[in-house]
Amino acid sequence: MTSLPTQSLEDRVRSIVASHRDDRGALLPILHAVMEEMGHVDPAAIPILADELNLSRADVYGVITFYHDFRQTPPGRRTVRICRAEACQAVGAAELADRATSRLGIGFGETTADGAVTLEQVFCLGNCATGPSVQVDGRLYGRVSPERLDSIIEVSA
Amino acid sequence: MSTSGGVTTVYVPRDSAARSVGADEVADAIGAEAGRPLRVVRNGSRGMLWLEPLVEVETPSGRIAYGPVAPEDVGELVAAGMLDGADHPLRLGLTEDIDWLRDQTRVTFARVGVVDPLSAEDYVAHGGLAGLRRALSLSPEQVVTEITESGLRGRGGAGFPAGIKWKTVREAKSELKFVCCNADEGDSGTFADRMLMEGDPFTLIEGMAIAAWAAGASEGYIYVRSEYPDAIATLRAAISTAYDHGWLGKRVLDSELSFDLFVRVGGGAYICGEETSMLESLEGKRGMVRAKPPIPALEGLFGKPTVVNNVLTLGSVPMILADGAAAFADLGVGRSRGTQVFQLGGNIARGGIVETAFGITLGDLVERYGGGTRSGRPVRAVQVGGPLGAYLPTSRFDLPMDYEAFAAADAMVGHGGVVVFDDTVDMAGQARFAMEFCAAESCGKCTPCRVGAVRGVEVIDRIVAGVDRKKNLKVLDDLCDLMTEGSLCAMGGLTPMPVKSALAHFPGDFGTTTEEGR
Ligand SMILES: Cc1cc2nc3c(=O)[nH]c(=O)nc-3n(C[C@H](O)[C@H](O)[C@H](O)COP(=O)(O)O)c2cc1C
Ligand code: SF4
Ligand code: FES
Ligand code: FES
Repeated sequence: MTSLPTQSLEDRVRSIVASHRDDRGALLPILHAVMEEMGHVDPAAIPILADELNLSRADVYGVITFYHDFRQTPPGRRTVRICRAEACQAVGAAELADRATSRLGIGFGETTADGAVTLEQVFCLGNCATGPSVQVDGRLYGRVSPERLDSIIEVSA
Repeated sequence: MSTSGGVTTVYVPRDSAARSVGADEVADAIGAEAGRPLRVVRNGSRGMLWLEPLVEVETPSGRIAYGPVAPEDVGELVAAGMLDGADHPLRLGLTEDIDWLRDQTRVTFARVGVVDPLSAEDYVAHGGLAGLRRALSLSPEQVVTEITESGLRGRGGAGFPAGIKWKTVREAKSELKFVCCNADEGDSGTFADRMLMEGDPFTLIEGMAIAAWAAGASEGYIYVRSEYPDAIATLRAAISTAYDHGWLGKRVLDSELSFDLFVRVGGGAYICGEETSMLESLEGKRGMVRAKPPIPALEGLFGKPTVVNNVLTLGSVPMILADGAAAFADLGVGRSRGTQVFQLGGNIARGGIVETAFGITLGDLVERYGGGTRSGRPVRAVQVGGPLGAYLPTSRFDLPMDYEAFAAADAMVGHGGVVVFDDTVDMAGQARFAMEFCAAESCGKCTPCRVGAVRGVEVIDRIVAGVDRKKNLKVLDDLCDLMTEGSLCAMGGLTPMPVKSALAHFPGDFGTTTEEGR
């Protein structure tokens, strides 16, 4: 993802805020909208959000860093999230995690050098009877064997 | 009506668990292979998740089930006459007659898997709105009384009586009050909230409208975790339909009630399931837990009186109003009234939703319904109630699922999740994970939780490595006591539960010599 000219970022952020004018406590919906549109929350958006919402920059920064969902750097073209919670542990989540890190050559929270895949861990996807579970760009996969994981990663790369 | 005009009705779930194992591809394949006019309904899941994708075909004798159906099975199934309900090794018979389902008491989940989740007509045809209509014909006080008399307790974990909470909000003086639905469902091993939201969203909407009427609230929020994109989309679509039909907005069903409802999406933080953290998050802030008092019922969202209830709590309300408090209160044991929607997950042969009256034993759930492990190895441990719940050995399978009986056994029912592990599990590893999870997900407000959990991981590592074992076991015990007593909320306060139960029931895994309780 190429970085956008500052003017354009500012316009986009301000128009996202404008569309959430009537929401109470709008910062989270706004941050989700920014993530959806731009893939991450560019640190340059922080002063704009602070200005628009009458908050301090530290407040906005504090919220962005509190939640796992909001990232400040662009993600890979695909985001693969592996469930590492108990119900999936019981059916082989650990092997799946090892397989993913070794196949992709990266750790959790990292992006492959070619920018194809970001690997994340997640704690429960609500698919605990049909695990182990993996989510790729919001799409859920269940009963994921190591072989199936390979094909999921390949398709998504 | 199924075959009226020569159109066959086929059901293929849209539930995300079913989709995760190929339901979309199966639906596409059926459409492509059928060779006759079809009406494909994307229903919720019946909850027999080991049979997903479960396909049902409407026949003159009822809905016939086939499963688990892989996309590549479809050609053969259609050729064998599946669309007329014909025999096949994957044929399971009439869905309603499958004993696993038939032996349940579906109250909250009565419509899930049966109806098209987004069809307002289906909803009304299957008894939807009866509860709200009755509630609106009663005074708010009478509705609160009905909920109190039903014995309904919060399904989110703590089991607090819903009627008392509603009464407190009802009696609080404020122009503005809120109803907030906690749909953060962060506990590993739980998925009932998700399945209700995806499979019968109007029930939740109706329950919230009833709560609004009872409490005098005009605005509501459903706080859904971001890990549930399908549930979020389904809820948003259902809310829009509900507005179109006058079930939300000004003068709901031509009554005095005005109620606006919004979906809000979490940020991937487990602690935001704790109600005050959720309220902070809804206000657009970091999800830092608030000290209580004040209780949310008096000073909740933006400081206003607020009903906070779990999805299943609010989802049980329409049935209670429709059928009367007594029908619900007649089910259950002791002070655990009604049904609970248990969720069987992990290493289990027949995982899914078992809705049944409180009082069923843990062993019945795991063995009779669950059929033991998926791996075929012996069951060794079961974690009940999410990541903060106890690990129990099979020797405790006699425990009845009941809030008080579980509390007496140093365990908790929580949100009803039951996660099964076979004999390859390393319980010291599970105890370590509990501490690790707490360290990662702590909101950071209090030291026993934030620092204690990090120390807990280190101490367990030392015990397992055999370093000063006796001394370190004592350190761990003291640390657990400190977390239990000194934490502001149950995140730090209950993390010792999985740790201590693992130690108590599976001491051998921690390197000690005897292993009792197996
Ligand atoms: C760490 C923590 C996580 C929680 N997560 C949830 C959750 O995901 N969903 C939920 O309904 N309640 C959760 N709770 C319980 C809520 O604080 C609260 O008791 C509940 O939402 C009240 O609704 P109820 O009375 O209908 O259960 C959690 C509590 C704690 C301490
Ligand atoms: S116990 Fe943990 S999660 Fe709860 S308030 Fe304290 S630091 Fe936050
Ligand atoms: S524990 Fe992995 S989906 Fe629930
Ligand atoms: S119920 Fe569907 S149009 Fe009114």
